[in-house]
Amino acid sequence: MIYADNAATTKMSDAAIDVMLTHIKENYGNPSSLYEFGQKAKEVLEEARTDVARVINAQPEEILFTSGGSEADNQAILSAAELGRKQGKLHIISTAFEHHAVLHTLEKLKKQGFEITLLDVHEDGLIRPSEVEAAINDNTCLVTVMYANNEIGTIQPIKEIGEICHRKKVLFHTDAVQAIGHVPVDVVAENIDMLSASSHKFHGPKGVGFLYARKGIALTNLIEGGAQERGKRAGTENVPGIAAMATALKEICSKMEKNTAHVKALRDRIIKGLEEIPHSILNGDAQKRLPSNINFCFEGIEGESLLLLLDDKGIQASSGSACTSGSLDPSHVLLAIGRVHDVAHGSLRLSLGEDLSETDADYIIKSVREVVEYLRSFSPVWRDLSSGKIKHLL
Amino acid sequence: MALYSEKVMDHFRNPRNLGVLEDANAIGEVGNAKCGDIMKMYLKIEDDMVKDVKFETFGCGSAIASSSMATEMIKGKPLSEVEKLTNKAVTEALDGLPTHKIHCSVLAEQAIKSALEDYRSKK
Ligand SMILES: Cc1ncc(COP(=O)(O)O)c(C=O)c1O
Repeated sequence: MIYADNAATTKMSDAAIDVMLTHIKENYGNPSSLYEFGQKAKEVLEEARTDVARVINAQPEEILFTSGGSEADNQAILSAAELGRKQGKLHIISTAFEHHAVLHTLEKLKKQGFEITLLDVHEDGLIRPSEVEAAINDNTCLVTVMYANNEIGTIQPIKEIGEICHRKKVLFHTDAVQAIGHVPVDVVAENIDMLSASSHKFHGPKGVGFLYARKGIALTNLIEGGAQERGKRAGTENVPGIAAMATALKEICSKMEKNTAHVKALRDRIIKGLEEIPHSILNGDAQKRLPSNINFCFEGIEGESLLLLLDDKGIQASSGSACTSGSLDPSHVLLAIGRVHDVAHGSLRLSLGEDLSETDADYIIKSVREVVEYLRSFSPVWRDLSSGKIKHLL
Repeated sequence: MALYSEKVMDHFRNPRNLGVLEDANAIGEVGNAKCGDIMKMYLKIEDDMVKDVKFETFGCGSAIASSSMATEMIKGKPLSEVEKLTNKAVTEALDGLPTHKIHCSVLAEQAIKSALEDYRSKK
């Protein structure tokens, strides 16, 4: 099995599993209990907080543990909106290709009277900082731009956007779920006020994540109850999950340089191999993208059948076709970069793991080529494209 | 639970009657690429019977499986029977489809109806 869907989720690292089991089995105390057994769990929690903070150059007290990326996105945006409301600032700037955790939260705020500006992401999948600057007005309370896109992997000019926000005194949040552990992130150097991350994208367990919020930013609670997480997120802490997340994060960051060199080389090898398929296109800028991300559209075929046949060949991948999303429209990300419906249905995302070999990469190239050719051999769309009855778009 | 029944996967992996029928005298094409499914059915009708049938499909696994199953269900059958083929019968023959994929079986029924219309309009 060649698992090439690491943007969906990753395999837990052995070290993270060991840590998780240890805390489940032996260290099950409640961090809020005053006896030593509870306090030991508290120590584990705070150690994890310090480890996580260090990775992004934050302070431990700026880290809030959450149930994952979605919760962190919700809390960051709703907190900024609440602060904006108090000052009568009801304008938020984001992008058209954010994760639904961001977009649906913004839709909710729109219903409450907020004005939402979604910036164009251009055909290369990159936000232009100048357009962020132009969109900011006196009512803007938040700019939220994802660090790296989960479908096409493009890495945004975060530092430049952050610099503009700071100059304009507007809060800046980034959904860094796909970036953390895979590219270096520094919240101070990159002018980031709030950041969301999710453990299961970097070989930690699912259902755990964190929100970084710069000191002084008053957060709004999503969950009311006990005084955990400085009173900002009630509920007995998921100590095993949090400790395992910190372990996974430290581990992946210690290998980042090596991983990046390895995965990037394989990514570019696969891109080169798939570009040879006629009437195909790489989605997103070829260089400014995650080391692990490959996303193509192939004309004349549909993505779900492509995925099923790749699965039969032992390759797990993903697609932005409507059939895989369970809705009538293909991926909003592909539409946002200007792919038309007909083409967006034929998309394939491969997100590589660090353990992929060159042999695996070549097998992926060969398999994708075979399956695309096979599906085209009985596609009426491909027939019409080939005969000239309809025009090629790619 | 797998996404699809074994029957669906069988017809998807080994589609029956796949391809073009050069001497077809009834052709039906339904769906559009914008929505992600197009089905094209080629029928050879003789003596009010479907003597042969082939299909081409652009679409997801259930679209391919639905076309394949539908062709099997009409091959060698009198038109009186073919006319009555419903999407429900196709779905049942496939041991069911996920709710959001039922439209694939509807397309298969429509593709056949469209081919029959084509045949009658040429008569
Ligand atoms: C960019 C992005 N944001 C947010 C999320 C949500 O993270 P989680 O699954 O931890 O809630 C994901 C994961 O699917 C993601 O890729």
